Amino acid sequence: MASRYIANTADEQKRMLGVIGAGSIEELLVKIPAKVRLARPLGLVPAMAETDLIRHLKALAGKNADADSHVCFMGAGSYDHYVPSPINHLVSRGEFFTAYTPYQPEASQGTLRTIYEYQTMIAELTGMDVANASIYDGASSLAEAALMAHAVTARNEIVLSRGVHPLYKRVTATYCEGPGIRLRDAAGPDGVTDLEAARKVVGAKTAALVIQTPNFYGCLEDVAAAAEIAHGAGALLVVVADPVNLGVLEAPGKLGADIVIGEGQGLGVPLSFGGPNLGVFAAKKELVRRMPGRLVGATVDSDGARGFVLTLQTREQHIRRAKATSNICTNVALCALMATVYLATLGRRGLVRVGELSTAKAHYAAERLTKIPGISLRFAAPFFKEFALKLAKPPERVVTRLAKQGFLAGVPLKSFDRALADCLLVAVTEKRTKAEIDGFAAALEKAVA
Amino acid sequence: MAHSAAAAYDKLIFELSSPGRVAWSLADADVPEADARTLLPAKHLRSEAPALPEVSEFDVVRHYSRLSRMNYAVDTHFYPLGSCTMKYNPRINEDMARLAGFARLHPLAAEAVAQGALQLMHELARDLAEIAGMDAVSLQPAAGAQGEFAGVLMIRAYHRSRGEKRTKVLVPDSAHGTNPASTALAGYEVVEVKSLANGEVDVDALARTLDTDVAAFMITVPNTLGMFEPRIVEITELCHAKGVQVYMDGANLNAILGITRPGDLGFDVCHFNLHKTFTTPHGGGGPGAGPVGVKAHLEPFLPVPVVTKAGDAYALDWKRPKSIGKLQAFWGNFGMLVRAYTYIRTMGPDGLRAVSDNAILNANYIMKRLEKVYDIAVPGPCMHECVLSARRQKKLGVTATDIAKRLLDLGFYAPSTYFPLIVEEALMIEPTETEAKETLDQFCDAMIQIARETETTAAVIHDAPLTTPVRRLDQTKAAREPDLRWSRRP
Repeated sequence: MASRYIANTADEQKRMLGVIGAGSIEELLVKIPAKVRLARPLGLVPAMAETDLIRHLKALAGKNADADSHVCFMGAGSYDHYVPSPINHLVSRGEFFTAYTPYQPEASQGTLRTIYEYQTMIAELTGMDVANASIYDGASSLAEAALMAHAVTARNEIVLSRGVHPLYKRVTATYCEGPGIRLRDAAGPDGVTDLEAARKVVGAKTAALVIQTPNFYGCLEDVAAAAEIAHGAGALLVVVADPVNLGVLEAPGKLGADIVIGEGQGLGVPLSFGGPNLGVFAAKKELVRRMPGRLVGATVDSDGARGFVLTLQTREQHIRRAKATSNICTNVALCALMATVYLATLGRRGLVRVGELSTAKAHYAAERLTKIPGISLRFAAPFFKEFALKLAKPPERVVTRLAKQGFLAGVPLKSFDRALADCLLVAVTEKRTKAEIDGFAAALEKAVA
Repeated sequence: MAHSAAAAYDKLIFELSSPGRVAWSLADADVPEADARTLLPAKHLRSEAPALPEVSEFDVVRHYSRLSRMNYAVDTHFYPLGSCTMKYNPRINEDMARLAGFARLHPLAAEAVAQGALQLMHELARDLAEIAGMDAVSLQPAAGAQGEFAGVLMIRAYHRSRGEKRTKVLVPDSAHGTNPASTALAGYEVVEVKSLANGEVDVDALARTLDTDVAAFMITVPNTLGMFEPRIVEITELCHAKGVQVYMDGANLNAILGITRPGDLGFDVCHFNLHKTFTTPHGGGGPGAGPVGVKAHLEPFLPVPVVTKAGDAYALDWKRPKSIGKLQAFWGNFGMLVRAYTYIRTMGPDGLRAVSDNAILNANYIMKRLEKVYDIAVPGPCMHECVLSARRQKKLGVTATDIAKRLLDLGFYAPSTYFPLIVEEALMIEPTETEAKETLDQFCDAMIQIARETETTAAVIHDAPLTTPVRRLDQTKAAREPDLRWSRRP
């Protein structure tokens, strides 16, 4: 049967072969040795009709507990934030989502202009001079920041706070294996980095100190103090920050960061089981020629009109090959467009409001939940929208039980840190209502009793 | 001046800002409102609200709708960008990826309540393994370059597990730039191997280069000239005889679906670009997805976690001590995986085979129609793309760039230009199977017209593009005086 995605009819194929001077498509395959030709059809499920396939995929989707079917208190790097309706409609325009990297700038001004807007918005939020067009996700952005710090300083160690997302650390370790960069830990005994201990680890070999705020456990870190330690040793300060928080929280650039990276999923990107996400990457302008990834710059056309192009491409793999600053080619441009539309929609006041509501609701929830016997706050340090609870019952069992009652209760911390096996990480965004939080508290109370 | 209607619109979103306008809607706090300023220490608080635009919702929608119209895209224009497989992006894929059970699923949801997602991943990995003749597939890499990086790291871990310390990876001079970049990132010295004039691997030279220092040979099949490597089996055997692993860049997989398989050609590793062969959209630059497939001897080194199946239950297996580690925070670009899965199920085995057949037919048709007016890089038949050289036109003062810009005026996106590097004034054309004969004819007519204009009215080419929102842009100025963010001008 003909496929709806292939236009050529048998008659057209015949006419085209006539022009080519071949008797059949098979004749065009002469260079492929017969002994490696596949002699059977691929062992795949036969083609499904559209309605059957939709039914099948809906059944698969229906087996998952998602943030629509359940009330979501999960975070740990992926959050259920407000997504204004225009985002999905605008990124669904074929002119955006079926184009590719703007290699021909005159025919790609739409994409280029949105990336320029994105770079401006991210630079503004992070307090940095320049932002790139995106990296895959927060974790690979951190890995790229480590490589960049290594290249900039010609030093071989990266010191990571204990509060950096454990999965980001694992990705960074993968990327640092080839260049032989050593990763060292700066301890954090009580939810935040022990900066005095960090001071002892950061030294002449340190390319960068990495600190995350709020950190993986939700606690706010002292970025300015970390900057003083890093810079005192001639190292860079890399700050991991969630841009959706930066309406309320200080721009890391104002506190001394040299590179700011983060996961931009909260800026209107779907949860989507963890991908595609949005790797945010911003730096001081002195570092721009060592930055990874695409950069869009403003210029003029031959009539003097404003236009936009990919620029500083001599950093990139398609020009510099083995000596490129990074191997990244395809990035996550459409997710960056979601973030651009999100930030245009929320604007100056809306983003502040998102942060204020998240903080207020998270603090209400923490107060409400810690009134329950058998539940306490694990860390004393100030938190923003996420906090670790110590539970009297095993968190995994609590999570399983609450899922049956319509709650995604949080992220058990055991698999990230054995010392926190009795802890549950709970995130509260601006979307949660008092009724949802109170309902969650009631269910949790029964589950830990 | 440029003549397009779109040219009339020259705004950035910041330039629409009018203090007091809002585009958002958030409910008032229903919890006792506590000021962030009292909840959090002052040193953490932003001293100045971010300078983001203040616009209405309709401002947002109209602005980005207008910007979108300044793009050429697959939906609106033939987009023969070689090596990128710019085929039609099916709409059912988009609908399926947006089902709440997928789009609204948290990555750390307990396995028991994410069974549908894990099942989809398990089945997709199995399907890709079958398509490529590989034994195992990791879906985690976010793009082709990350798939390459993962593949090379697995090769490295494999050699080390055997107590071998090999230091070099061979990459042909015709390779995509990501190949040497990913290889260097994995800690290897990259040794460039010269191709024969026809773009094929110089097998004798290769044989002389292979030694116990070489960890891997990385090549693209079909190669970047659009040709199937006729001695490929000899090449992989030669490599294996020296303990060298062979990596296939799967960028051109669209040419061989159901015809031959990387695993059967002797490859140990290959990556897939789901945004090329498997119709996930290119998104203006991404996201893509770059799963990587391996033979059994490399399976222990796959990135963690691996999706496993026991009975009817799916799980994420983290207990893999030889793994190269993680590449992304979570499990892969899942939204893209849903789209690729939907596509493979839509096509089935016969449909996928028809994809490659028609991609090859379309490319050969273009090559045949243009071979008299342009030099062809290598005599055909080609596979899914063909490479022309504008060296004849260049003698008359018209470069590959000029031809690309003139094509924009004639209503087509441009082929890849100046790639592969080994072809002078290269124009790399990949039509894909989703284009109809009449579109190919219109494109060929335009190319023939440009060749004629080169000899008669070259000015029209040098002036191009005239119909796009802007005319040729000053790249030198952009690089010399980097202007990478907007600021309010006094």
